[in-house]
Amino acid sequence: MADDKSNAAAYWKANVRLITGCLIVWALVSYGFAILLRPLLSGIPIGGTDLGFWFAQQGSILTFIGIIFFYAWRMNKLDAQFGLGE
Amino acid sequence: MSQFAINLLFVGASFALYIGIAIWARAGSTKDFYVAGGGVHPITNGMATAADWMSAASFISMAGLLASGGYANSTYLMGWTGGFVILALLLAPYLRKFGKFTVPDFIGDRFYSNTARTVAVVCLIVASVTYVIGQMTGAGVAFSRFLEVSNTWGIWIAAFIVFLYAVFGGMKGITYTQVAQYIVLIVAYTIPAIFIALHLTGNPIPMFGMFSTHTESGLPLLEKLNSVLNELGFEDYTADVDNKLNMVLFTLSLMVGTAGLPHVIIRFFTVPKVADARWSAGWALVFIAILYLTAPAVASMARLNLLTTVYPEAADQVENYEEAIDNALVYAERPDWIITWENTGLIEFTDHNDDGRIQLYNDANPDFEETAEARGWEGNELEVNNDILVLANPEIANLPGWVIGLIAAGGIAAALSTAAGLLLAISSAISHDLIKKTINPNITEKGEMLAARISMAGAILLATYLGLNPPGFAAQVVALAFGLAGASIFPALMMGIFSTRMNSTGAICGMLAGLGATLLYIFTYLGWFFMSGTNMLPNTPENWILGISPLSFGAVGAMINFAVAFAVCSVTAPPPKEIQELVESVRYPKGAGGAIDH
Repeated sequence: MADDKSNAAAYWKANVRLITGCLIVWALVSYGFAILLRPLLSGIPIGGTDLGFWFAQQGSILTFIGIIFFYAWRMNKLDAQFGLGE
Repeated sequence: MSQFAINLLFVGASFALYIGIAIWARAGSTKDFYVAGGGVHPITNGMATAADWMSAASFISMAGLLASGGYANSTYLMGWTGGFVILALLLAPYLRKFGKFTVPDFIGDRFYSNTARTVAVVCLIVASVTYVIGQMTGAGVAFSRFLEVSNTWGIWIAAFIVFLYAVFGGMKGITYTQVAQYIVLIVAYTIPAIFIALHLTGNPIPMFGMFSTHTESGLPLLEKLNSVLNELGFEDYTADVDNKLNMVLFTLSLMVGTAGLPHVIIRFFTVPKVADARWSAGWALVFIAILYLTAPAVASMARLNLLTTVYPEAADQVENYEEAIDNALVYAERPDWIITWENTGLIEFTDHNDDGRIQLYNDANPDFEETAEARGWEGNELEVNNDILVLANPEIANLPGWVIGLIAAGGIAAALSTAAGLLLAISSAISHDLIKKTINPNITEKGEMLAARISMAGAILLATYLGLNPPGFAAQVVALAFGLAGASIFPALMMGIFSTRMNSTGAICGMLAGLGATLLYIFTYLGWFFMSGTNMLPNTPENWILGISPLSFGAVGAMINFAVAFAVCSVTAPPPKEIQELVESVRYPKGAGGAIDH
């Protein structure tokens, strides 16, 4: 039982760490590159405008898709690793 | 065949398709009606979720707002897609493990309180009714155009059809109907975009065409657009915004709202496995992204097409626009699409300087007054409603009649599927969560159905009435609904999953504070219950607290919700032990089992 508990706690810890990492990337591309850091990226031209604009209208959406699939793939591996899957 | 007949044909054929699929799929799926995603592959479920999710706001209205606001309105793009990351990482797998069917059910059980359940029902109704107002606005535009009636008639006809659609209910729950709706919607959206991208840039993929060269002028498309806009006193399309705080909060509001809206969350309650809940969210976003990556291209290209319709000679100019601007379109020679939209009242022309030509420019820009005066202009003469842009887009670009019919069918599919889904969420919240679970547990099945129908009719009448004088464009009204859901329901779900310590008093106070603060802020600027003329302060940036628009306040409301909940929770008793154990168990996929009926 104690083993089960520490196993579960380790699983939850790994999950929270993974979520944190994913959310950092999520915030960086949207609130970061696309909004707050846009002036810093204005020197990088892309098709008649700058990289920040591209992130706001294209790049962030593409990154979001990547994050969700990455998280699903990693979590399914974690489920199996800790024996907590269905 | 006339355009009117083509439109009717496409809309009629698409309806026949949905009804046909509903009848074909019904036989096999009535018994597991609640488990809409059960046994359905995550890709199929993702497609159905995308149809459920993309409403008139995404389809009809969003590109229009992007076109008029440029970069500043990128918030809609990021907000309505980024929310799926929160949903997939923070909510979907755990709500699936919890195994309930409705949001008030989760909140009622997790916070072991019927009061919490009732408060959740109230939050859900407020957010959903606001959402339906936005759908009625959008559907009204679509119907007024394709039936060639006034906008007011368009809204009433839309209300009638949405009501029929929602009462026959079954259509909604059947995943395959939604898959068909998704296909109609996405084909209708992308085909005109491909044609236009090909015509303007030679690149058939709109999301790349937007960043490539404009064929006629040889300039990059966005640079070309900026230069024409500058010439007319408008801000650059790609201009950065000053108020970054508002932009961040607006994006955040839409994101947390996505994770708090009942009709989307519900789809993740019912997938077969926890792992599938994670995959489904990813696939849903892929299908949504096809539209969302195309929308900015549609927006920028339509804006340019509109300008070059009014100033035909500006299309191939590189910098010298004077002559092109003098030779603006003669009103008597305007294309047919302007005439048909004038009939709906959504395009208006006033010849301020009586020169018989159309002058479209930014008359609200004080720096531009001198130039306008020198050109003999006496005010902007063409008022174009943002919400018509996507529907008018194929006509503006001179595409064949069948493309116009297709887009009418797509717009109506988007508005109807979401409006019907929300009405079902409202009626089940009232009849099931409120009446059956709280007020009168002994109600008969017949009585429950009657209550559901009455609440559905009530919600649609209210939404239609408010939709006649909407507090904004379709996508803006929907954004308000997201703010309300994000400020009330999202924090309660989050705390219910991630905090074992959160108790019922904390959650209830949090939801009430979040909803109350957000409603108060919105009503202050947009009028009490959205009645025009009852607002206490004018809705302009100078009057907003710290420049935070009512559309962005949902994020602040969510923070208030969290703060109040934790403060109240820290001075009241912790939840019972079995609830704390329940929260722990939700964290692990093992033993999820089937979704439990009730």
